[in-house]
Amino acid sequence: MEAAFEHFRLWLAAFLTLGIFSFLYKDNPWYKLSEAIFVGISAGYWFVVLFWDNFFGKFWVGAGDYTMQWLASVFTGGESPSAEGVDLMLWIGAILGFLMLLRLIPKIGWLSRWPLAFIVGATAGLWLINYIASNVMVQVQATMVPLFSTVFGAGFDAGSGVIIGGLVIFLGTFSGLVYFFFSKAHTGAFGTTARVGVFFLMITFGASFGYTVMSRMSLLIGRIDYLLGDWLGMIK
Amino acid sequence: MRPDFSNASIVFRHCYLSVVLALIFTLTISLSLFAQEEAAPVDSLAVDSLALADTPLPPTNIVAEDQPHDGGGAITVTWDASPDDFPGGKVKGYKIFRAEYNGGQPGEFTEVGDVPAGKPEYSNEDGNTTDGVLYVYKIAALNRAYGADGDLLEYLSDSQQSGPVTSSAQWFHMPRINVLVAVVLLSFFIVYFIQKAKTGKELYIRRIAGMEAVDEAVGRATEMGKKIFYITGLGDMDNMQTIASMTILGRVAELAAEYETYLDVPVCRSLVMVTGREVVKESYSKAGRPDAFKPDQVHYLTDDQFGYAAAVDGMFVREEPATIFYMGQFFAESLILAETGNSIGAIQIAGTAMPAQLPFFVAACDYTLIGEELFAASAYLSKEPKLLGSLKGQDIGKGVILLALIIGVLLESFGVWQLSNLFMVK
Repeated sequence: MEAAFEHFRLWLAAFLTLGIFSFLYKDNPWYKLSEAIFVGISAGYWFVVLFWDNFFGKFWVGAGDYTMQWLASVFTGGESPSAEGVDLMLWIGAILGFLMLLRLIPKIGWLSRWPLAFIVGATAGLWLINYIASNVMVQVQATMVPLFSTVFGAGFDAGSGVIIGGLVIFLGTFSGLVYFFFSKAHTGAFGTTARVGVFFLMITFGASFGYTVMSRMSLLIGRIDYLLGDWLGMIK
Repeated sequence: MRPDFSNASIVFRHCYLSVVLALIFTLTISLSLFAQEEAAPVDSLAVDSLALADTPLPPTNIVAEDQPHDGGGAITVTWDASPDDFPGGKVKGYKIFRAEYNGGQPGEFTEVGDVPAGKPEYSNEDGNTTDGVLYVYKIAALNRAYGADGDLLEYLSDSQQSGPVTSSAQWFHMPRINVLVAVVLLSFFIVYFIQKAKTGKELYIRRIAGMEAVDEAVGRATEMGKKIFYITGLGDMDNMQTIASMTILGRVAELAAEYETYLDVPVCRSLVMVTGREVVKESYSKAGRPDAFKPDQVHYLTDDQFGYAAAVDGMFVREEPATIFYMGQFFAESLILAETGNSIGAIQIAGTAMPAQLPFFVAACDYTLIGEELFAASAYLSKEPKLLGSLKGQDIGKGVILLALIIGVLLESFGVWQLSNLFMVK
C-alpha cells in the first residue's frame, strides 16, 4: 500500500512538474490545471502554517490559554493558573488582528486602518536605524580605504592592483551616490559624474545578471534531477 | 657484502626501490592518519595523539562580567590561558561550567559551552542567563587523546571559580553613538526642508524617466481597451519597498480611474491586499469615480512565491494586459514575471531596491526605477511639500556623505587620520 502511494506521489509530482513546464510552449489546460492546484494548495498550506505558528503557537500558547484559564478561575473561584512563560503583550497583537476583521462590518470598518497604521509606522521607525547603520555607516566605512597603501599608515606600499581596486571602489560609490541625487539637475560636471555612476551600476547589474542566472540553473537542475532520477530512474 | 655502485643501472635500481618504498611508507602513514581522522568525533575541539595524553595546567584569573551595551541575559567570561595552551600544546579547548550563586555558595555546576584553544573568552550571546540572578563560572582546560584501545579520552584540568556576577540590560549602546548622531543629523535636515517646503518654497526634483512614463503607460492601456496589472511583489506591509509601492499604486489607480481603464492588482500578502484596497478605493474617490471601484480589483492569490508567480503568469497570457507595473520587493520570480510580460508585448515599468533582481527588470522592462528612485517616486508623483522636503533633506545627507568620503579617503591615503573609524558600527 505504501509503495503504491509512493508511486502515485512520484507520478503526480512528475505530472504537475511537466504541466508547469508546458507553459514554455504556450498556455494550455494542463498548465491551467497545474497552476490552479499549485495556487489552491499553497494558499491553504500557508493558512494552516500561519494559523498554527502565529495564532496557536504564539498567541494561544503565550497568552490566550492562560487568559482563558485565569478568567475561568475568577468566575469559578478556583486556583489561578501559573503565569510562567506567559507574555500578556501578545494581547496587543491579538487586538490589532481582531481590528482587521472589523472590515467585515462596514459601519466600523474604519477601525481596521489602525493596525495598518501601526504596522507601517513601526516598520518605518525600526528600519530607519537599521538602514542608517548597515546601508550608510558600514558602506561609508568600507569605502574610506587608503588608496596608496595596503593598510592605514603603511606609507606608499600598495601595488597597482590595490590602487586600482581602491580607486574603483571610491569612484563607483561616489558617482553612484551622485546619480541618486534628486534635488539637483543632472547637468554639467554633476551630470557627467552621474553618468559615470550609471556605467558603474550597469556593469554591476551585468555581473549580477550572469551570476544569478547561474544560480537559477540549480532550480532547473533540481527539477530535471527529479524527473530523470526519482521518477524515471534514468540517473542514479 | 657492500653493494656495487660502479654499475649505473644498479644505482638507478637502488634509487628506484628506495623511492617506491618511501612512497608506500608515506601512503600507509597517510591512510592511517586519514582513517583516524575519519573516526574522530565531529567536534569543534581537536583530538591529540597518545603522546600528549595528560591533564593540562588550568587557566587562571577567571573574570566574569555582565556583557556591556546589550539588552540583558548575557555574561562574558575571560581568563588567562593555560600555560599548556600553545600550538601543539596539551590544551585542545576549554569547557565552561556555570552555577547559580545563592547565600554565598555556588549550586551545582553544569557545562554551558566550550571554546577552542587559543581563545580565552566566552559569552552566552544567546542570552540564556536571567537578569538579577547571581552566577559563578569555572573554566577547565581540556585535553583529548586516543587511548591504546582507540577510545577517546578526555583530560580536564581543575578550575578556579569566578566572582559572582549577574547579567543586566543597558538603556544605551554607547559604541553606537555615531548611529544616533547620523540619525539626528539626517532627521534635522529632513525636518528643516519639510518646514521650508511648507512655507511655499518651491523645491526642485529631477526627472525620473520611469515615473514620467506612467501617464503614457496608462494612456496606452486605455487606447487599446486592455487591462493594467500592478504587481506589488512578495514584501508584506512591514517592508519599506511595499510601502513605497502603495504610494505609486495610488497614483496609477487615480489615472486608471480618470481614464476608465480596469486596474488589476493580484497580491500575495493579506495585509497588502487590505492596504491596496484602501489605497485604490481612495484614489478612485479622488478621481471622482468611487462607483467604478470594485474591491475584487485588489485580490489575494497565495503566499507561496512560485505559486504566485505561476498564477500571475497565467493571468498575463490569458488577459494580455497593455501595461504592467512591478513595484516592490521581488525575488527569483522577477524574471519569470517580467519575461512573460515582455512576451505578450505589454509596456512594463518596474521598481525595486533588490540589487539581485534589478538586472532582470533592466533587461526585460521598458523603464526601471533603480533602488532609491522607487522611494523618490512617491514624492515625484505627488509633489507634496512633506515628501519633497524629505527628499531634499536626504539629498543634503548624501552631500555630507560625499564630502566625508573625499576627506576620509585623502586623510587615509596620506596616513593622516582614520576618519573611517567614526563610521564603524559595533
